[in-house]
This record gives sequence, structure tokens and C-alpha cells, in this order.
Amino acid sequence: MRHLAALAAGLVFGLGITISGMANPAKVLNFFDFFGTWDPSLALVMAAALVVTAIGYRLVLARRAPLFDVKFYVPTSTLLDRRLIGGAAIYGIGWGLVGLCPGGLVPALTFGASEPFVFLAAMLFGMTVARMAPSMIMTRVKPA
Amino acid sequence: MTEFTPFPALVGGTLIGIGAVMTMLFLGRIAGLSGMISGVLSPTSAEDWTWRVAFLVGMIAAPILIIAVTGTTPDFAIAQDTRLLALGGVLVGIGVTFGSGCASGHGICGLARLSPRSLVATAVFMTTAIITVFVSRHIIGA
Repeated sequence: MRHLAALAAGLVFGLGITISGMANPAKVLNFFDFFGTWDPSLALVMAAALVVTAIGYRLVLARRAPLFDVKFYVPTSTLLDRRLIGGAAIYGIGWGLVGLCPGGLVPALTFGASEPFVFLAAMLFGMTVARMAPSMIMTRVKPA
Repeated sequence: MTEFTPFPALVGGTLIGIGAVMTMLFLGRIAGLSGMISGVLSPTSAEDWTWRVAFLVGMIAAPILIIAVTGTTPDFAIAQDTRLLALGGVLVGIGVTFGSGCASGHGICGLARLSPRSLVATAVFMTTAIITVFVSRHIIGA
């Protein structure tokens, strides 16, 4: 039941991403292109998603627990550090270069194009490297 | 050039919101795709792995369902330069890992619960994305 629920949530989320145009890199890049072929569609996507999510979260988080788990896993950190800001800055550059974000990428894998798979492989590589980086630094400072 | 599509944007955005709320109601989780994918790569338990896979299967099934019902593939246009795709992918992978989230996790779920980290992250990645498009289209590409 829990997995069926996760599947249903993913399906609705994926329908939204696909219908909205978030999985179309050309549309995403035009949203960022204020000084060229600006397409404001994604502003409406975000506005609608934010209103629904904000209201929905308020109702759901008033419960003691979710339906298929014992507790809510909501991030509680409020730390505004270089890691967060630097990471977000790097992510934005990558998003701006290609027009694909992780959420747009997943539905785009079904469109019959090879480019999303190249992007996926590179993204997984980047994730792996970034996760290894702190431990590599730790190893370097350790005495031989 | 892409056309302004207010109706699909509002319908799609609403569905994204419903999907995010379903994820919280059913599983108590943020619908953040970078965390979802990263959790599949290195799960903390079998149970933690399977719900993520189920969610991703649902997301992959969504466009297949749309294609089956409408008979047309959704609009899709992307840069075909492999080096650019690889560079963009690596930067996104590194960025979401250090920044703990992407457009869905910070930009929608995080902003919806007024997380200060998500507000800052979203402002930063939107800004660098706009600068990147400006530089690549109007300075280098001009």
C-alpha cells in the first residue's frame, strides 16, 4: 500500500512536470531569458504549485503522522552556509546551461531522445564526486 | 522561441502541488527529486529504497500515460552538444549535493513551508541560471 501510494504521488507529480513544460529544456531556458525570448509560463507553474503545496502542507503537517509512516521527515536545519549557497550557485549554472533540473529530467527520459541519458550519467557522476569530496579532504588532513 | 502557455502551466503547476502534498501526506517526505535520486543511489535501508523507486516509476509512467492517451510526445527541445550536456549534468549533480536540493525540493516544497535555507537557495540558483542564460545567449552566442 505504501509503495502504491508512492507510485501514485510520483505519477501525479510527473503529470504536472510534463504538462507544465518543466521537462522541456527550451521552455525552461526561455523562462530564464528575460532579455531575449522570454516565456513567463514557468512563473505560473511555480505560483500554482506553491499555493497548492503551501495550503496542503498546512493541513497535512497538522496531523501527528503521515498515513504510511510513523513520522514526518521535514528538514529542520536553518544554517545558511557556504555549502548551501555555493551548491545552489553551481546548480543554477548547470540548470542554465542545459535547461534540465532533476525533476524535469525524469519524465524527459521517456521522450525518445538520447540527450537526457547523457545528462543523467553526468549528473550521477557529479553527485558521486560531490559526496566523495568531504571524505577526500578528511583523508588528506589525516596524518600518514 | 516557445509560446506562453498559461493554461497548461496552471494545470501542471497545480498537479505538481498535489503530488508534493500527496508525498507528504502518504510518506511524510519532501518531494525533492535530487534527494529522491540520491537516496536511490545510496539508500539507508531497503524500505527507504523501495518507496523512492516507486515514486520515480510513477514519474516515468506519467509521460508514457500522456503519450498513450493523446498520441503525441510532449514538446521537447534540448542542446545536442554532448560536452555541454555533460558539463551541465556534472554541475547540477555537484550543485544539488552541496546545496541539498533542486527546483522541486527547495523551489517548491521548501518555499511552501517558508524554509529560510530554501528561500536563499532558490534566490541563488534562479539568479545564476538567469546569468548563465544571459551570458551563453547574449554575450557568447550573440
